[in-house]
Order: sequence, then C-alpha cells, then structure tokens
Amino acid sequence: MPKWFVPAAVVCGLMFAAAPILIANAPYESTMGLVQKIFYVHLPSALIFLLAAVVCGVASVRFLFGGNPRHDRIAWAAAELVVLFGIITLVTGPLWARKAWGVWWQWDVRLTASLMGWMVAVAYLLLRKYGGPGSDKLAAGLALFGMANVPFIYISVNYWRTIHPTTNVLPTLPVSMGLPVWFTFATFFLLFILLLRMRVRLEEQRARLDALYLSVDA
Amino acid sequence: MFARVVWLVLRKDLTVEVRSLEIAYTTLFFAVSCVLVFAFALVREGRAPEDGAAGILWISIAFAGTLALGRAFERERQSETLRALLLAPAARPAIYVGKLLGIVALLGACEMVLVPLVALLFQAPLFAHPVWLAIILLAGTIGFAAVGTLFAAMLVRARTRDVLLPVLLYPITVPVIIAGVRATATLLQPELDMDSIRFWLALLGCFDVVFVTLALWTFEPLMTD
Repeated sequence: MPKWFVPAAVVCGLMFAAAPILIANAPYESTMGLVQKIFYVHLPSALIFLLAAVVCGVASVRFLFGGNPRHDRIAWAAAELVVLFGIITLVTGPLWARKAWGVWWQWDVRLTASLMGWMVAVAYLLLRKYGGPGSDKLAAGLALFGMANVPFIYISVNYWRTIHPTTNVLPTLPVSMGLPVWFTFATFFLLFILLLRMRVRLEEQRARLDALYLSVDA
Repeated sequence: MFARVVWLVLRKDLTVEVRSLEIAYTTLFFAVSCVLVFAFALVREGRAPEDGAAGILWISIAFAGTLALGRAFERERQSETLRALLLAPAARPAIYVGKLLGIVALLGACEMVLVPLVALLFQAPLFAHPVWLAIILLAGTIGFAAVGTLFAAMLVRARTRDVLLPVLLYPITVPVIIAGVRATATLLQPELDMDSIRFWLALLGCFDVVFVTLALWTFEPLMTD
C-alpha cells in the first residue's frame, strides 16, 4: 500500500463521521422537508457512479490500444465501483421519489439510462467472471460502449422534459445547502479513490501470485 | 479496396446463406414463434393493447437478431474460417462492415415477414406510412446489428458465448430498441406526429453513428490475439 493510504482512510472515516452533522444542520427544503436530505447522499453517489464509469471506459481504451495490464486492473476495479455506487444511487433515488413524486420508479429517460448503465457494469462483471480466457479484451470493448452512455445520462434531463431535477440545480444552491453537498461529494470521492486503490492492489497481488506459480512450475 | 473487401465478405456470407438458408429459416421461425407467444399473452377478446404491436415487433427483431448473430459467427468458428478471414490481407474494418451488412440483410428479410404478421395478428396499421416504417426499421436494425456484430465476433473465442451474447448485447442496445419502439408507436397513431418521429429518428441516427464508429475503431484491437 502507498504511504498516503492509511492517513487518507482515517480522513475519509472522519469525514463520514462529520457528514451526518452537516446534513442535519442544513436547512429544510421548503416543499419537500426532511426527505430532501437524501439528496446529500443521492447526488454525490450518482456523480461518483458516472465518474467510475468514465474511469472504467478510459482505462479500458488505454488497455485495448496499449495492452498494459495495469489499465485493465483499474478498469475492473472501476467497474465494481460502478455497480456499488450505482446501487446506492438506484436505492436512494426511489426512496426520495416516493415522497417527492409519489411513485417509486418512473420510466423517465434519466432513470432508464442510469439503470442501463448499471446493467452494463453488471454485464461487465459477469463477462469477467464467466468469460474464460481472453475475456479481458472483450470486457474492455464492452466498457467502451458503456462509457458512451454516460454523457447521455448526464445531459438527458436538460433536453427531455422529465420530472428529474436538471443539472442546473447544483450551482444555484444556497451556501447552507451547497456546502454539505460538496462535503459529501468529497467524502464519497475519497472513498472511491481508496476503494479503487485497494481493489487494484488486490488484482496486482493476484497477478504476482499467478506469476510465482508459473515460475515454480518452470 | 475497402468497398471491394466489404463486397467480397458480404457476397461470401450471402452465398453461404442462400445455399443452405439455415439461419434465415431458423431465425424466421423463431421470430414468428415469439410473435405468436405475444399474441396469446396479450390479445384479449380479439383486441390487442394499444401500442403493443410496436413493442412486440421490436422485441421479436431483437430476439431473432441475437439468434442470427450467434449462428452467423458459430458458422465462422467451425473449421476456423474466421481466423482465415482475419489472416487475409484486408482491412479489419472492411471485414466488420461486410459482416454487418450481411446481418442487416438477413434481419431485413426477417422483418419483411414479421411486419405483415404483426400487422395482421394485432390489427395494427403498420402499412399506413410504409416509407417511414422502412426508414425506422433500417435505422434500428443497423444500430442493433452494429453492436451485435462486434460482440458476436469478440465472443467467438469465449467459452460461454451463447449466454454472454444476450447478456452483453441487450443493456447496450436498449436505447436503440426504445427509440425504435417509440418511433413505430408514433406511426400507429391516427394522426402522424412528425416532430415526434423526427426526434426518435434523430436519436436512432445518433446511436447508429456512435455505435458504428466505436465498433470500427475497436474491431481491430479486439480481434487481435
């Protein structure tokens, strides 16, 4: 593990401990009240979900055209985090929607596209697990197509008339609400980096172990 | 040179297919069975649900397309002819385009039977705007087949290709299917809403361009051992 890992993990833990206090102290939104606080978890996890998909796609492209196994490990780790943060997004979203819109789920373009992006990541993991030899390249191709979905998710709310809030909401927030959002975003981002680093390290160790087995055989 | 390779690959595929008609017959039969299952499930007292025909048409195309893609590349796997094709001194993207056109032609032939069948069984006015319908079907089929051809080609070497092809293909091609279904459903309305059709067609066009570009770009590295 790199030197920065343990201090960063401690900082991340402290930030997670502080986040509920900040969220609790943020003012109530006038129409939605308490349920709006889910936003402080939903939005950061959704942003990390998209970020992880982009990391996975970019790493896959670099692996596909460069062939460096390190990029492949980053792509794999990022794909698992797409699934993780995707679950957080897809669970907190309906919890909020039930109160704000009156329904758990709406076949709205952003919701559909997000679910699709999440399913691509699950398909990626299935391919990695059951694809057999040579599946690393296939998975990289799949991740590239999955990444093409990300801008579609991000801009969809601005071009379609949907009930999901648009991307213009964030810059217009008052400081009292904006600060907790950016704080939780930073917390989730740090968690993402830590988990990514840990997962990549696990794959590195596995690759080293495989190399050792092969050298013993020879 | 590029166009010549495309033509040669396409002609080879069509010649092989015309001699046996294996994929055409099996795919078509499967697509018709799909439509019949939907007809039993959805038609109540002689009436089909509104807009149901558009969805059923596209689901049948997607299912049949998956089958055709799997078979088309299974044929190339026997006696390693895909390897021979890749060893040929030809541009890889040209081989991809030739394969893609072959699949699109095959699915187009299926659609020619499916559309009248769906129109008949679900009493849907699919032939009210034949030109628009043809454009929508073509755009949707190209989008679906562009991803499908690439993935089926990649999966030729994978052990679990039969199950992985649909698992990988459907989440990626969902936008194409959605746009195709919505555009076709608009055609079924008594009054033609041109804005809506143009919008869904533009979306289909966008996805076609993105998918074909990505596939052409990645076919070379993906098919290299």
